[in-house]
Amino acid sequence: METLSLLAGGFAVAFTPLNLTLLFAGCFFGTLIGALPGLGPVNGIAVLIPLTFAFGFDPASSLILLSAVYFGTMFGGRISSILLNIPGDEPAIMTTLDGYPMARAGRAADALAISGVASFVGATIAVIGLSLFAPLLARAAIHFGPADYFALYILAFATIGGISGIDPRKTLISALLGLMIATIGIDPISGIPRFTGNNYHVYDGIEPIVALVGLFAISEILFLLEKTVKERTKAIHVESWLPSWKAIWMTRWAMLRGSFVGFVAGVLPGAGASLGSVMSYTAEKQKSNRDGTFGKGDPRGVAAPEAGNNSASGGALIPMLSLGVPGSGTTAVMLAMLISLNVQPGPLLFERQPELVWGLVASLYMANVALLILNLPMIGIFTRLMAVPTWALMPIVAAVSFVGVFSISNSTFDLELMVAFGVAGYILRKMDINLVPLVLGLLLGGDMERNLRRAMSISDGDWSILIASPISITLYILTAGFLALSIYLMRRENIREKALSE
Amino acid sequence: MRLTTLLTSKLSLVAASFMAVSVAAPVQAAECIAPSNPGGGWDFTCRTIGRIMQELDLVDGNVQITNMPGGVGAVTYAMVANERPDDAELFVATSTVGITQIAQGRYPAPLDAMRYIAMLGADVGVIAVDNDSPIQTLADLNEILVSDPASVTTAGSSSAGGWDHLRLLMVAREAGQESLGDIRWVQFDGGTDAVTQMMGGQIDVVSTDIGEIAGFIESGDIRVLAALSDEPIPAFPDIPTAKSQGIDVTGYNWRGVYTGGKITDAEYDKWVSDLETLYNSENWQTAAVEFGLVPIWRGGADFEAYVREQRDVMEQISRDIGVIN
Repeated sequence: METLSLLAGGFAVAFTPLNLTLLFAGCFFGTLIGALPGLGPVNGIAVLIPLTFAFGFDPASSLILLSAVYFGTMFGGRISSILLNIPGDEPAIMTTLDGYPMARAGRAADALAISGVASFVGATIAVIGLSLFAPLLARAAIHFGPADYFALYILAFATIGGISGIDPRKTLISALLGLMIATIGIDPISGIPRFTGNNYHVYDGIEPIVALVGLFAISEILFLLEKTVKERTKAIHVESWLPSWKAIWMTRWAMLRGSFVGFVAGVLPGAGASLGSVMSYTAEKQKSNRDGTFGKGDPRGVAAPEAGNNSASGGALIPMLSLGVPGSGTTAVMLAMLISLNVQPGPLLFERQPELVWGLVASLYMANVALLILNLPMIGIFTRLMAVPTWALMPIVAAVSFVGVFSISNSTFDLELMVAFGVAGYILRKMDINLVPLVLGLLLGGDMERNLRRAMSISDGDWSILIASPISITLYILTAGFLALSIYLMRRENIREKALSE
Repeated sequence: MRLTTLLTSKLSLVAASFMAVSVAAPVQAAECIAPSNPGGGWDFTCRTIGRIMQELDLVDGNVQITNMPGGVGAVTYAMVANERPDDAELFVATSTVGITQIAQGRYPAPLDAMRYIAMLGADVGVIAVDNDSPIQTLADLNEILVSDPASVTTAGSSSAGGWDHLRLLMVAREAGQESLGDIRWVQFDGGTDAVTQMMGGQIDVVSTDIGEIAGFIESGDIRVLAALSDEPIPAFPDIPTAKSQGIDVTGYNWRGVYTGGKITDAEYDKWVSDLETLYNSENWQTAAVEFGLVPIWRGGADFEAYVREQRDVMEQISRDIGVIN
């Protein structure tokens, strides 16, 4: 009860004219920043933290502004995923799988609307979970040790096989390439540089966002360049500028399932939003892909990862606030933001500054409401991007990619790296190799390896630690079940395709 | 002497601004590079020093903050050494972590390539165990580390050979353990990660900075065996120092700044005196404590000697445990 009244207090604070203005302004600019490839939540927040000092906002207003920008950038990342096949940030990568095919089929408006509504549903469920169980879940999550996290990553990688699905061998190659790239840099366990060629630019490892922009944005530009030389591209026939409510309603269960899976992934501090959206997508695909429509523009393939991602971001607040452990890159940004406001998250935060905690939760939720209100009417405008001819659009994408990547580290080396990834991405796509498993390997591989090696350090090299806890055993059983189900479904698909062709 | 210092620095400022104008760039009174992403300790150093320099009118206009992550500071180090060694308007945030990297040969230029201006505050290293742990005192822990090191797992936020690891080993060596490689070390991504894993029963001992984990000490989840500082930490006066328990080891993670190695002595002295003014201001004392730091001043030649000595100690231990050859 007390929690609810505190939460209500948080909402009351958000409803002052100044805070509402900040909320909508933050959402609007956040969306713009997020839609630009290379510019994401980190840039948005980093630019804003000094601004909030300069204007002398009180902590509540600053939190509202920063949360609005944060969720705005997250939402903006989807727009370029869906319309251009270029993910604006890491968790948005799963949205390209079905969002872009939907846009190609003229259903961009539907995809954007579903992504907006799913984000909202995911955030709602996360807020409910947060209000009810936060302290309890934080205490449960600490029992996840390195061996358990390793098992969780194994489960995640087992599900990646089901993503692109065309040729499992190519998926494997792609994921392995990602895992290999993830080993570049100073090994955080031993402190020794690996595969760096004594180039200190890569000592910190390959920045995933640089690889992401290169692989998707630059390779897309190369593809379009080739197409414009070889053939005149036909304009996409747009079914409708406005979304249909029926399409959104049809994805309601996918949204709920995605939210649940995402929330669980978010609560575990070693997992985070990227893992959340991956698991939501693959779980939904396993559940619903009866007619093989996933990957070809199935609305549920947009709804599930979007709900999962936002729900994971909300769930990740639990370990971040009550333990001070940022689960993912995005919560690390939030943590920096709180510290800049002189709030030190930790076990006593809920007791000592409850108004602040629930103020933050309320403002995150309000940001999602504001995004829904702001962006649904703007879908018509975004969809018209589809009508912009490629010769005008692509140079802009190229320019923004370069500026965005340069702004991360102020180094030209990252620009060269991005172009190299672009060329590599072009070649791999020519060989029909899906790039999504590669990026996931890069994003998740480092944590998977670190947790394995931490477990090994703890046990002094005894491999049996990996199956020594009930949590890891459960996760391995789930993995085995998942693989068995995938193989069964693949067989059935093959039989059906044979039957169809005869 | 004072007058000439001022005069030369003014002159060089005029010259610098003249040059800046001639390429039509906005006049920058000072620039601070944080060799990391926004949000971390180095970023805090730059942003806070920058803000207070403006508040105290130590600079004309504003202090520009540039984030240049890469190689745990190596990218910035190389850039300053190669391109801006004589740029007196530039200063760069660093800390004990940067010196560890230099000691282990991970930076593209040696310590002498830069001039170390001052440290303005430090996070204090602590050694902690879970509240339910049978280990009650630093003496208990040392006995185990010497007689049966394989029976405990130690952890912290740095890699093997990083500062959290090294200062724990300094304690163990002081206690009489010679083969430091026998002590098992697990790296986590942050001090709080390590502490929560200790609360979950995965590991036994954590060595890290106190700032990040202070909440767990106040809540009673963990017990601190020793603070690696000369004096007890003001916020936690009850925590005994290692020195008071007969182990003569300090492990500060100081925050400070360096500048290019080819600036003139006058320019260097100006920086030292400006930062000393900043250090003594109410603004800095408040900001540092809010960020969990203990304000500590070491500047000029005193600081350069301190940095050199710290590098030598780290290099020796790193060699002893086989992190470098």
